Amino acid sequence: MINTLLIANRGEIACRVMRTAREMGITTVAVHSDVDRQAQHVLQADIAIGLGGAKPADSYLLVDKILAAAHASGAQAIHPGYGFLSENAGFARACEEQGLIFVGPPASAIDAMGSKSAAKALMEKAGVPLVPGYHGDEQDLQTFITAAERIGYPVLLKATAGGGGKGMKVVEREADMAEALASAQREAQSSFGDARMLVEKYVLQPRHVEIQVFADQHGNGVYLNERDCSIQRRHQKVVEEAPAPGLSSELRKAMGDAAVKAAQAIGYVGAGTVEFLLDARGEFFFMEMNTRLQVEHPVTEAITGQDLVAWQLRVAQGEKLPLTQEQVPLMGHAIEVRLYAEDTDNDFLPASGTLQLYREPPAGKGRRVDSGVTEGDVVSPFYDPMIAKLIAWGETREEARLSLLAMLRETVVAGVQTNLKFLTRILAHPAFAQAELDTGFIPRHAEQLLPAPEALNEQFWRTAAKAWLLAMPGASSVTSKSAARASGPWTDLTSWRAGLPAQSRLHLRCGELDQPFAAVDVTGCSYCPATQTLLITEAQQTRRYRLLISDGALYLHWHNSWQRIDRFDPIAEVDHSHQHAGGLQAPMNGSVVRVMVEPGQQVEAGAVLLVLEAMKMEHSIRAAEAGTVKAIFCAEGELIAEGTLLVEMEEAQ
Amino acid sequence: MSILNSQINRNAPDYAVNCSAMQTLVTDLRELLARVAEGGGAKAQERHLSRGKLLPRQRIDALLDPGSPFLEIGQLTAHEVYGEDVPAAGLIAGIGRVEGVECMIVANDATVKGGSYYPLTVKKHLRAQTIAQQNRLPCIYLVDSGGANLPRQDEVFPDREHFGRIFFNQANMSAQGIPQIAVVMGSCTAGGAYVPAMADEAIMVRNQATIFLAGPPLVKAATGEVVSAEDLGGADVHCKTSGVADHYAENDEHALAIARRCIANLNWRKQGELNSRAPINPRYASDELYGIIPADAKQPFDVREVVARLVDDSQFDEFKALYGTTLVCGFAHLHGHPVAILANNGILFAESAQKGAHFIELACQRGIPLLFLQNITGFMVGQKYEAGGIAKHGAKLVTAVACAQVPKFTVIIGGSFGAGNYGMCGRAYDPRFLWMWPNARISVMGGEQAAGVLVQVKHEQAERAGETFSAEQEQTLRKPILEQYERQGHPYYSSARLWDDGVIDPAQTRDVLGLAISAALNAPIVPTRFGVFRM
Repeated sequence: MINTLLIANRGEIACRVMRTAREMGITTVAVHSDVDRQAQHVLQADIAIGLGGAKPADSYLLVDKILAAAHASGAQAIHPGYGFLSENAGFARACEEQGLIFVGPPASAIDAMGSKSAAKALMEKAGVPLVPGYHGDEQDLQTFITAAERIGYPVLLKATAGGGGKGMKVVEREADMAEALASAQREAQSSFGDARMLVEKYVLQPRHVEIQVFADQHGNGVYLNERDCSIQRRHQKVVEEAPAPGLSSELRKAMGDAAVKAAQAIGYVGAGTVEFLLDARGEFFFMEMNTRLQVEHPVTEAITGQDLVAWQLRVAQGEKLPLTQEQVPLMGHAIEVRLYAEDTDNDFLPASGTLQLYREPPAGKGRRVDSGVTEGDVVSPFYDPMIAKLIAWGETREEARLSLLAMLRETVVAGVQTNLKFLTRILAHPAFAQAELDTGFIPRHAEQLLPAPEALNEQFWRTAAKAWLLAMPGASSVTSKSAARASGPWTDLTSWRAGLPAQSRLHLRCGELDQPFAAVDVTGCSYCPATQTLLITEAQQTRRYRLLISDGALYLHWHNSWQRIDRFDPIAEVDHSHQHAGGLQAPMNGSVVRVMVEPGQQVEAGAVLLVLEAMKMEHSIRAAEAGTVKAIFCAEGELIAEGTLLVEMEEAQ
Repeated sequence: MSILNSQINRNAPDYAVNCSAMQTLVTDLRELLARVAEGGGAKAQERHLSRGKLLPRQRIDALLDPGSPFLEIGQLTAHEVYGEDVPAAGLIAGIGRVEGVECMIVANDATVKGGSYYPLTVKKHLRAQTIAQQNRLPCIYLVDSGGANLPRQDEVFPDREHFGRIFFNQANMSAQGIPQIAVVMGSCTAGGAYVPAMADEAIMVRNQATIFLAGPPLVKAATGEVVSAEDLGGADVHCKTSGVADHYAENDEHALAIARRCIANLNWRKQGELNSRAPINPRYASDELYGIIPADAKQPFDVREVVARLVDDSQFDEFKALYGTTLVCGFAHLHGHPVAILANNGILFAESAQKGAHFIELACQRGIPLLFLQNITGFMVGQKYEAGGIAKHGAKLVTAVACAQVPKFTVIIGGSFGAGNYGMCGRAYDPRFLWMWPNARISVMGGEQAAGVLVQVKHEQAERAGETFSAEQEQTLRKPILEQYERQGHPYYSSARLWDDGVIDPAQTRDVLGLAISAALNAPIVPTRFGVFRM
């Protein structure tokens, strides 16, 4: 009997698990790193226990501390969520040893699926279809030619030790094999120090279709239909849906049976996902099994009406599966998108910062938002940058797609870059609407999905200025907003001039860009505070713009994204340039990896002073000009926030 | 509650004629104001900008809160006065909101004759200070001026209301707790140096601003010392060494932002209290005023039609509506503020003058601002009226107007002649602001009457001498007088000399008044003590 549950995770999944636990009358225990002290999952839990640190290795991956937290809080069970310790057999085993219920499969099942090649061998034995290939030790050309002939061209050469596309070559015909093999071996040797190759069938236009399986401790196993996760970017799922468009019920049954067979082959218990490649002819091949609850589980919940976390908790307590295979429903269609903090214009680099604005789409029929943040929260660089998942359900795929598009349009995020526009473009793409899905979708349509960023044109600045003038009267005012000041002619008569056009000039700023004094005329414009819309009538055309005012800043919805607009602050600008002259600030949140200089040291312009690690990348802080290091305000290993003064320099005369 | 019901027929031929006549006047006014706003012209502006300086109107925009109105005064000052163009007398002045506080902003326009002070520039600067003082408006001086116009030194330097009065005002306003902020953005020499030196806080722009009692040429002549302007009185000297200025700015925009901070730190509170309410637009469009004012100034019109287009919801609670009907008195709200309105609806009789005095007493008892809509040819004349004591009844009205301490606002919407000007709060009666419509005329009497009096005198002289005075001679006599009165009575002539604060588009009257009343509430509304009313 579980009456207290510790969730060894953070963010949306921790909040998601807690929601069901609460509904089941279970006390929830959150664990958190130092930087997550005020995170949503902490605020929503009944009990919260700090783990210290910031990086996962110093917090959410600390097995001993988490087990201690479970004991301290009286939890009988630990839900690992996804990521972190969810597929760590050692953790599962430690839980078992200490008499705690690990809400997941037995350690042995995690082990069995942990090694990809071992898993494949196991599946082959169990009769689950695999991508045909050759995985042997013989590495001569003839072996590969023979294997390729047996498999059928095209084939894919892969480094046994490989990953990340290195040492990978597609071979279309026998004539190319010799050269391709030699080249792939060279690459593998240089990248991994191991030239061994394997060859597999190159699956054409593959779709990523996965089966949700569930098994209890009594030997029962069911599949809860499939999910199509073909829309991926570099193996990162972006859009997921259920059911897979166009999948016949025969194929669904065949894949489902194969998946359940795979689970049973390893003595699986709980929620798991068996991932298949589905080729254009309807053949499917086992890829791998994920022994945890998946990020995309809500689409399965939407089409089956089941709560998978509730299933997990029941199964963990020894209950039987609530449904038999025949009872598993399939209703309508659901689509999920993952909202990430990332810079889509800059190779999808993870983004971090404060969510100055964060508004989720309002609730409604078939709408669901799973998130772990709220406005004002910080998206830290230490963890997965997923902010939220938006899920829409409809009677048909098209209904779900349109509903999700509406939800995307109603979502407001500012302060941190996100993939919101990218997601919107995918959902709105005709090929997506036509369900032309395969894992090559994003690269194939990259041009439309990731157009070159648009510069902010003159029209933007004009609109921004009008919005500012009409919607922000006295916004910069520090005086008390008494009733008399809040209205009256001095606020109502925007840009009023005696006998001259209602014009004023504004110096505005949007991100790094600013627009010095341009004359703006607000004739024909109006702002409605109730609906937060700006109406601009020009040449007998009235256009509607959405505005948001938050924390003294104005946000304008421009070309599908929210732009923060501030009045240019000359004082801050001057102060900033003065600071730049003497000191060097951290360009982003991160940790200090190395300090390369010491006080008193003379350095040349461009010399590396220290190295930061942030966003899984190293950044060098360099001297802007030649000079002397006056002081250093950080130490190696220290976590520093964006804008922290790191080094003070004295310029050479 | 009484709503004014307009009787205007927009389809009447008169209406169209009136409209087109007023439209012509307004178009002319707006074109003139637009030209004035160009300051010293494109070439001078380019030269100014090339030095990294902002133009004076850009400076004002950067200083104001975004979207703040700017109630400019004296836009036509020095118009056609000096035989050379001195747009706005080289000085832009007006009220705008800075950090939520209505401030009087006085900005030199260095593109106009180097920003030097002509006699009317001095008068305008002093007028702006008077407005600031009467209404308790913090003053921000954007200084960029070569100082007094030396060829006219006799008209700008020695007298009571000359250059020195600027600093006298600064000292006394500061003493009264009305903040004085100077932003030095260009030269500020000799007497001008006292603007920042006497300010509560002074800001200087590096490499642009200089403050010194004597410039490098004068220093060299006096002592032989050779020194650059920057080393003599630049921002570095005054912010780091002399302490003449308090804040060091990198550029114009930075300086203006610092000035905004100065205002933000004033802990300013408006002291005037009115029982104001949410503003409601009038029920009739303001531009209908064009069709109401007769193209022929001799034609009468019902001034209630004007009131209906100025006040909130066209609501007007008239006082003594059936008595002394040539002066319409009543209470209304304007942009939410209560006002007590006196509006001419014909010549002033004893009854109307007494009614006006009574009404002003009411307004002063209650602390309600007074609005005078002036269209007056004068008090009634003739034996019957003199015998009835028109002079003492007129005196009651003049006494009441003179002594009333509530804020007074005057708009001359038609004629302003003779003692009518006094009774209806002309310039001499210290209204907080006085504006004219472009159709208005102001003089001691009408041109026709003046010519008539002169012709009469000539006739009598001729008769006494036994000569004849021909119709032709009469015409020769009349013509220059009519022309002189027309020229000198014209609102541009008046405004050029600062007899008023500006000529305004009638359609903007409501907004002008709303802004002015609201600004006036920075000063407390004090009780009135009236002089002896001759009974």
